[in-house]
Amino acid sequence: MSVLPYLLAVFVFLVGLYGIVSSRNLIHIAVCVSVCQSGTYILLLAIGYKTHGTAPIFGDIPSSRKVVDPVVQSLTLTDIVVAVAVSALILAFALKAYEHEGTLDPHEIVEMKG
Amino acid sequence: MIPLQSVAILFVALGALCVVLARDLVRQALLLSIYGFSLVVLFVVFQAPDVALSALVVSGIAYPVVLVGAIARVAAIRKRRPR
Amino acid sequence: MTRSMRIGLFLAGAAGVGFLLVWGVLDLPTFGHYAGPYGDIVSKLTEPQRHIANAVTAIVFDYRGFDTMGEELILFSAASAVAMLFRETREADTKDIVDAVRADAVNGLGVLAAIVTLLLAFDVVAHGFVTPGGGFQGGVVFAAAFVFVYFTCEYHAYLRLATTKFAEPLESFGAGSFVGLGMIAFAFGLAFMGNFIDYGVTGRIRSGGSAALVNWSSALAVAGGFMVIFSEYLKDNMAARYGRTKKVVQ
Repeated sequence: MSVLPYLLAVFVFLVGLYGIVSSRNLIHIAVCVSVCQSGTYILLLAIGYKTHGTAPIFGDIPSSRKVVDPVVQSLTLTDIVVAVAVSALILAFALKAYEHEGTLDPHEIVEMKG
Repeated sequence: MIPLQSVAILFVALGALCVVLARDLVRQALLLSIYGFSLVVLFVVFQAPDVALSALVVSGIAYPVVLVGAIARVAAIRKRRPR
Repeated sequence: MTRSMRIGLFLAGAAGVGFLLVWGVLDLPTFGHYAGPYGDIVSKLTEPQRHIANAVTAIVFDYRGFDTMGEELILFSAASAVAMLFRETREADTKDIVDAVRADAVNGLGVLAAIVTLLLAFDVVAHGFVTPGGGFQGGVVFAAAFVFVYFTCEYHAYLRLATTKFAEPLESFGAGSFVGLGMIAFAFGLAFMGNFIDYGVTGRIRSGGSAALVNWSSALAVAGGFMVIFSEYLKDNMAARYGRTKKVVQ
């Protein structure tokens, strides 16, 4: 039971990977990449959790109170926002490919065969 | 591990499956937003309010705009292609 | 290679990768027993040392500010690359496209929502060191306020407010001032991104020293980056829908 969050992270990552491999549409691939990334966020946050720990904001609690790890939260926080920009870039590439090739199917685009 | 965390984990797992197995693009964009909201609940239950705020803002605003923009662009090109 | 062969090959590979991942994950410290000392040390130090109440934003903008600079530059490059990919459509092509919503109630509520969202963005950024919030979240909310104007009013109004002439300098200024604030520390004889203002009082908006300025510059950079991305997507959409693109797929 106590490894369930880690298993969830592995599960979400593999599910996203399955989506990328079995996809017939470039935009679908971009969404599945973001699902893969969310698996890593879950893993990071699960590593930093402490039982009976609270959020690492000391506005109204003393510094000696048990808090969860703030370092992994900082990594995840910037990562989420930057991942959207990279996703937008992937989608822009997909749109340009559609303009040039006329299809969004990665198996029909000759240059991407293999 | 408290039961609330187990329920949140279950919803995230179901959401990820639904997002990947969706075949219609607009439906998938909507499901990605809902999956993002389930992630927000998971992050709050893991005592990470900053990360939850970030995920909320991103999956509520940024991902839908960009995804639906891309889908609409594809539809616009397809409609204007000479037959 | 047919599709079913591809998926079968993937499932075989995924079984192997999944087994390795699960085996590795079972060796991590059990969930709830975080082992490392770094997180504990930093949480104990943020209040006495830097007078910042929110440990996460303290790490993002102060203790690990160098990593945030790298992330900021990733965002900057991604936004610039999107602008470059959509460079064939000019904003001048779309100047006469209106694409209006004709319901007055929706227009009015949309403008109200946009104003409230703008204020909320400033609030989230300003309280970054006191409550959950900070530059990254507030920047996206700022960009969202302008998109509300497009969705509930007309594209022309959005274009007047959020042209690339406004969004791109905002983004460049944000990214540049992030690095510039790090370099100003050199003038005070400190290391890169050292603190050169006094720390203030914990729990007030004006706390945290020069990391607060870094907070604001990253908010501007994220807001500008997202405004550029949204503007490019909307511009391309409008041009394609109303027939102004130069390329048509044969």
